[in-house]
Amino acid sequence: MAQAAIELIGINKSFGAVRANRDINLEVARGTIHGIVGENGAGKSTLMSILYGFYQADSGEIRVGGKPVSINTSNDAIALGIGMVHQHFMLVDNFTVLENVILGAENDALLKSSIAKARSELDRLEREYGLEVDPDAVIEELPVGLQQRVEILKALYRGAEILILDEPTGVLTPAEADHLFRILKQLKDQGKTIVLITHKLREIMAITDTVSVMRQGTIVATRVTKETTVGELAELMVGRRVLLRVEKGQSEAGAIRLSVRNLTVKDQRGVTMVDNVSFDVRGGEIVGIAGVAGNGQSELLEAISGIRHAVSGEVMLEGKPIDLTGKADPGELRDRGLAHVPEDRHHVGLVLAFEENENSILGYHDDERYLKGPFLDIDAIMADAKDKIEKYDIRPGNPRLKTANFSGGNQQKIVLAREMEQDPGVLIVGQPTRGVDVGAIEFIHKRLIAMRDQGKAVLVVSVELDEIRSLSDRILVMFAGRVVGERGPDATEGELGLLMAGVERQEAAE
Amino acid sequence: MSTPYAKLPAWADYGLIPLINLSVAFIVAGFVVMLVGENPFRAAVILVEGAFGKGTGIAFTLFYATTFIFTGLSVAVAAHCSLFNIGTEGQAYIGGLGIALVCLSLDSVLPWWVIFPIAIVAAAAFGAAWGFIPAYLQAKRGSHIVITTIMFNFIAASVMVYLLVGPLKPAGSQAPQTRNFLSGAELPKLNWMIELFGAKIRSAPLNICFLLALVMAFLVWLLIWRTRLGYEMRTYGHSSKAARYAGISETRIIITAMMISGALAGMMALNPVMGDQHNVAIDFVSGAGFVGIAVALMGRLHPVGIVLAAILFGMLYQGGAELAFEMPAISRDMIVIIQGLVILFAGALEHMFRPYIQALFASVSPKSVGMQAVNGKGA
Repeated sequence: MAQAAIELIGINKSFGAVRANRDINLEVARGTIHGIVGENGAGKSTLMSILYGFYQADSGEIRVGGKPVSINTSNDAIALGIGMVHQHFMLVDNFTVLENVILGAENDALLKSSIAKARSELDRLEREYGLEVDPDAVIEELPVGLQQRVEILKALYRGAEILILDEPTGVLTPAEADHLFRILKQLKDQGKTIVLITHKLREIMAITDTVSVMRQGTIVATRVTKETTVGELAELMVGRRVLLRVEKGQSEAGAIRLSVRNLTVKDQRGVTMVDNVSFDVRGGEIVGIAGVAGNGQSELLEAISGIRHAVSGEVMLEGKPIDLTGKADPGELRDRGLAHVPEDRHHVGLVLAFEENENSILGYHDDERYLKGPFLDIDAIMADAKDKIEKYDIRPGNPRLKTANFSGGNQQKIVLAREMEQDPGVLIVGQPTRGVDVGAIEFIHKRLIAMRDQGKAVLVVSVELDEIRSLSDRILVMFAGRVVGERGPDATEGELGLLMAGVERQEAAE
Repeated sequence: MSTPYAKLPAWADYGLIPLINLSVAFIVAGFVVMLVGENPFRAAVILVEGAFGKGTGIAFTLFYATTFIFTGLSVAVAAHCSLFNIGTEGQAYIGGLGIALVCLSLDSVLPWWVIFPIAIVAAAAFGAAWGFIPAYLQAKRGSHIVITTIMFNFIAASVMVYLLVGPLKPAGSQAPQTRNFLSGAELPKLNWMIELFGAKIRSAPLNICFLLALVMAFLVWLLIWRTRLGYEMRTYGHSSKAARYAGISETRIIITAMMISGALAGMMALNPVMGDQHNVAIDFVSGAGFVGIAVALMGRLHPVGIVLAAILFGMLYQGGAELAFEMPAISRDMIVIIQGLVILFAGALEHMFRPYIQALFASVSPKSVGMQAVNGKGA
């Protein structure tokens, strides 16, 4: 093996009582792509933040190129040739590509000389690594795939030899992700070292040379990618065997329970987010809506659930229309059998500062079961919460615990338990497993399929193509606010990927 | 990446941390006292003795505390709904107007125990009405409640000046205040309560409003944590999006919370007006509404904390007056500085020492902070 680019020796990091990293030993060889996988909260991001100088380790040693170093700020990291591409881009939206690249690296009080120098340097980098971006384009006008490229250019411009990418494909279409991987391979061929943090095992298999699995703050295994399998990695991540694709029987679609006709929704700025969308969801089927984030799926869900005002169109719930003027009472829709698991459980679906039992009645708090006159019936609420904790295996099983102290998967189970246990006729779910660990994904998928088998109409919106393909009986693809195609569950990823990227149907067939 | 969440045992959260904050405030205040050339230890002794040393001192401390309990509760109720009610001052002032109208018209015909309930309702109603207007503007027009409530303090002050130098002033009087109420509108004193413990009281304004304040503290606790309305207010307070999702009407919850807050502020006026001065004079609130903000913050928006914080501020008021009297170098303004330091450390910098305390607890006994789950990443 070549000389190590980075060595982490005995790294420990605690936040208060939380031990986010424990005795981490990691070695990444120069000129390789090393993957780090693990569930949410396993400590991947903490570890990389230590390497990038956002946090300081409580103990342990970092070596870069064989020399012990201390990295106290991100400037130290940059000086050592470490660059980071964050999950959420750190770009100034109304600056040009060029201005973003030199931001923080201006070497003169006047920008002119910096810009001229940056322009020629950028030109060289773009040619060398195949990272074409128009240097004068304004960031907010670029698609996310290109914005990410600008982040990579920023790191390279600062002389990065070691590139850390944190969940880089979360916002990309499959095609954009493939392009990113080609760029990474090219960087590797040029001798750069890449650390890729992800929870998507397929990406690890596709691109990395070696992979480390993290669980509960420690590295539980390091493997040569060629010698391992997705199954083994998943098992290492969760600590037990997991089903990666939930078994489900044939759907028996019944009567139409939710019907959307010519729905058009605009956002606050007046931009059309949902454009003349029509579809039906029948009892006993799961309809999945695929699409890259930001193509109108969120607005569609909010309009159907009565939270957002729609410009025109009609939504029928169990044959009766829903008020789309934005004045609909979500409480009334619940009474009519519409349950909604929102995309954003942190701000919408849950109140994180509440105790678990308080969240287990959110939206149903005016139900007589939970009230004694104007007072909350604490005993009934607690009994109900305990019941749901049991049924949905929510851990830790303490209804008095603050919701913020539950893991992402368990928080999602709290929302699902609340919505599913109301026995709704129609269930709409946004991003059912975002930020949820592999073990809980399996559980949530099984529950959704169980709902379907009980004859409920289930509408799922997800940016995870695997999830859509695994769950759905029918798949709708949204692009730029429109439904651009409908496919069966056996549609290939490539076919859906092209639709998601907005390539027209004829071209997709070619 | 979220801040990892470690929680402290309740006694540390509600006892130890405020105590540390308070100690630091007094240490810094001690340096200020030294700067003006007085002995800080002697000053501290005078302050505490002035507040709790004699029966009269205790009665005065509790009288001031009564006022601050009302204003603290008022601020807290609005704050639970994420509304920053700066208008407690004005709502209390207008509450005083309600009391004046009731007492001036009924004090010659009815005994205190009939007038008192009517006055409570009037004070609450006038305060609530003064809170309603900013609430309506916030809910319907999006006018920021902080701005509007501040403006309504000025409007209240102007209205009261007009009334107290005009319509409400007895003919021929030169003082900007109403006539003194007759004994029918005087509330019974509670001095006997302190005398039960053997202390002697010369003359102090402590009255049954103190008991009313304690009852209101309990009712506020009931409202916030045990009723559906309180649940809705807290939901909206933590996340307006979650409230929308849960079908809670934004307009209704803002207006309701502000009216309850205004009612509590208005009831504050009962204490000085009916319990002590027996008239409504210009500027009788004299900043108690703003102290209520500090009391609510320091009491962590919990009624028990608010009662304790109100007593602390009552102590600073009463003991501070004694101190200014005993040590000429320490003026009333110095007392305000000390109060300011308490607000700074206990309110504004409340979380300054928390991370260190958490780290200490975590290293001494990880179990006490109840953490095993690893929350490295925001999920």
